[in-house]
Amino acid sequence: MGTIRYIFRRLGYGLILMVGVVVLNFLLIHAAPGDPAEVIAGEMGGITEQMMADIRARYGLDRPLPVQLGIYLANIARFDLGMSYYFDRPVSQLIGQRIWPTVLLVLTAQVIAIFLGVVMGVLASRRPNGPFSGFVSVFSTVGYAAPVFWTGLMLIILFSVIVPMFPVEGMSSARFRGGGFAYALNVAHHLVLPATTLAIIFLAQYARLSRASMIEVLGADYVRTARAKGLGEGPVIFRHALRNAVLPILTVAGIQFGNLISGALLVETVFNWPGMGRLAFDSVLRRDYPTLLGVLFCASGVVVLANLVTDLSYRLADPRIRTGGR
Amino acid sequence: MKLTRRILFGAVASAMALGLAPGMLAAEPRQGGELVIISTQAPRHLNPAVQSGIATGVPGTQIFASLLRYDDEWNPQPYLAESWEWADDGLSLTVNLVQNAVFHDGEPITSSDVAFSIMTIKANHPFQTMFAPVEEVETPDDHTAIFRLSHPHPALLLALSSALSPIIPEHVYGDGQDVANHPANNEPVGSGPFRLVEFRPGEQITLERFDDFFIEGRPYLDRMIIRIVRDPSTLVLAMEAGEADMLPYFSESQGIRRLEGVSGLDFTTRGYEGIGALNWLAFNTRREPLDDVRVRQAIAYAVDRDFIINALHRGTSEPQRGPIIESSPFFNPEIEAYDLDVDRANALLDEAGHERGSDGNRFTLTIDYIPGTAEQQQNVAEYIRSQLRRVGIDVDVRAAPDFPTWAGRVSSGDFDLTMDLVFNWGDPVIGVHRTYLSSNIRPVIWSNTQGYANERVDALLDEAAQEVDAERRTALYAEFQEIIADEVPIYFLNVLPYHTFHDDRLSNIPVSIWGAMQSMDEVYWSEDR
Repeated sequence: MGTIRYIFRRLGYGLILMVGVVVLNFLLIHAAPGDPAEVIAGEMGGITEQMMADIRARYGLDRPLPVQLGIYLANIARFDLGMSYYFDRPVSQLIGQRIWPTVLLVLTAQVIAIFLGVVMGVLASRRPNGPFSGFVSVFSTVGYAAPVFWTGLMLIILFSVIVPMFPVEGMSSARFRGGGFAYALNVAHHLVLPATTLAIIFLAQYARLSRASMIEVLGADYVRTARAKGLGEGPVIFRHALRNAVLPILTVAGIQFGNLISGALLVETVFNWPGMGRLAFDSVLRRDYPTLLGVLFCASGVVVLANLVTDLSYRLADPRIRTGGR
Repeated sequence: MKLTRRILFGAVASAMALGLAPGMLAAEPRQGGELVIISTQAPRHLNPAVQSGIATGVPGTQIFASLLRYDDEWNPQPYLAESWEWADDGLSLTVNLVQNAVFHDGEPITSSDVAFSIMTIKANHPFQTMFAPVEEVETPDDHTAIFRLSHPHPALLLALSSALSPIIPEHVYGDGQDVANHPANNEPVGSGPFRLVEFRPGEQITLERFDDFFIEGRPYLDRMIIRIVRDPSTLVLAMEAGEADMLPYFSESQGIRRLEGVSGLDFTTRGYEGIGALNWLAFNTRREPLDDVRVRQAIAYAVDRDFIINALHRGTSEPQRGPIIESSPFFNPEIEAYDLDVDRANALLDEAGHERGSDGNRFTLTIDYIPGTAEQQQNVAEYIRSQLRRVGIDVDVRAAPDFPTWAGRVSSGDFDLTMDLVFNWGDPVIGVHRTYLSSNIRPVIWSNTQGYANERVDALLDEAAQEVDAERRTALYAEFQEIIADEVPIYFLNVLPYHTFHDDRLSNIPVSIWGAMQSMDEVYWSEDR
């Protein structure tokens, strides 16, 4: 019962946060100079004043800002994200088309990062001063420090141009026709480089964290007890130590989810991955307010949900949290 | 003066229409295959009747046919119009349509659709000068349309070509909804060689051969895919890896030099004469000290166009000396070029009364540029800053984070100098007059934002807009170009170095004046890819 009440309370807070995100961004983007009519004029190669006025009137841009905000919030309450100024079609349709590529990219990157990060961290923790541990530290630092677009371009040049193993861009091949398993394979082939690029940044953090966490746990009394009972190294590490060491990783994974989505923006741009990040980036440049706000609204929703899932899995993994530490 | 012209629809004329090199006619075109085009440009929608620009123009001209098309030497050729004839007084144009043309839903294309399309374009297209003199389009029968004009309008034929005048179905767009926002703009029922299969905004447009296209045996390709890739580096790598077959409108010099060396790829710089993309430095002639022609001339003499082309653009772009693209028959090669002459620049500034101060500076100016195209805009602005310092002009380069910011500054007249990138759009009436007519000093970009006014220029442009004699019209534009060169409201730098890279097994690459913004029904694979 407590858990359900907890979920609803968190969802309530999440909703307030999402509205806050939308209002703040609405005000921020409207504070920027220029408006969508200028962008459309630019795209058209110049338009008349009357056409500019018509565009502004059509999208309600000639009304006072508080009125525009009020209308927008009222529409949001009815789950109506409005029409894209640029693409002249419902924002929900654009987001519906783009959200799954982003979710696929982010989740794959997250799984790769956590899995490889933990494996590297665990292996490094067994000999904290050994060469592998040193390698993990260097790799982590470089992976974290290198700009995403650079890592992405280097991977493309290496694995798409010099050794043409993977495609350069897109989520599926432009020439591909068909569906089902063949399509899934085509997407998986396209996913390898972008997911790896995105994973490399976060992998570094998980590797360092799990290494530190494992070193600490491996020195704990219950691990010594387990070893004293005559348990093999495998069960000691994976059953006793890792389960405890993984808690901080779960916390970080939840926190990092938002960062993953923002990292996805750059990865999507470099790899031409048709996700929400690219849509958001283009929408800023195009002053396409409804699309940008729609993306931010959905992205903040995803982050709220991801954090909730993290908290719940935390409660699942550690009974002390469920019982409030009693 | 010959006002009457009649061209019969035939195979030779049709081949010429496409701007084919003579040698290409020998090979037998092959049917089939698909073409993947990549582009950074994401179209808003696919209806060029209410949306100008390359992004909509490339897919739009595959989906919609126009009455005419142009060859690579600025000659109109038949397309949906099999012949046309001017009245002796130049006040009407009779167009005869091909008999067998149908829209993609099977409905016949009639003169009524032509009249509807032209009036829709007149009411909604940003280039208002294209059809301003067209009072009505009469439709005496299903295959004849008569354009009635308020005054002679020699630009009309060009305005009836390519992306400027798609023939759209009245039975779809005439349902009373606003055409500018019509749902069919995203799912068009077209009249051209390819029909739409799927349009994923910002991602990909998939087209397939329209089997009932009115030109027998065309198009040769079965499918055409336009893939949108926003990042130029990715674009180059995708081309290099063979993931796409054609990259038109590519102007980034480092990428050009890289792709030139890739085996299996070929390229052409032809096909961009119609669009006439000019890169220039504009002066706000309403502001001191730029209201003094000597100051503008001095700045022009202080900037080295050759350095910009050879160093900043790695020799990929062509020089441009005047307001009309140098490859146009209207260009006047006699005008002053303003080649680098620092001494003359200093002398002109002294003469204008701007002595150097104790710090060596005469005065300070700002320079803006369009963000996003660093090589053509920002780098040139930075170079101009360093160059003008040599003649005692201190320049602040003002960055703009994005296009609307720059557009807001320029349209409101809040600038001294600005880099700009403006298209000629074929006939001077469409893309050139707007920059110089004093009646077009308006708070919107790509109007006369320089605030330049000269009565003689106004008179010359008004006369040229109505002059049907080609020779006389050329002479009027020649004088106009001389005045602009003398008064320098703009210092012209270069033509944008647009290149079309393509798989070398592709034949009949579009090289007419409209390039990829004209039907690609003639493109074919000479061997399997």
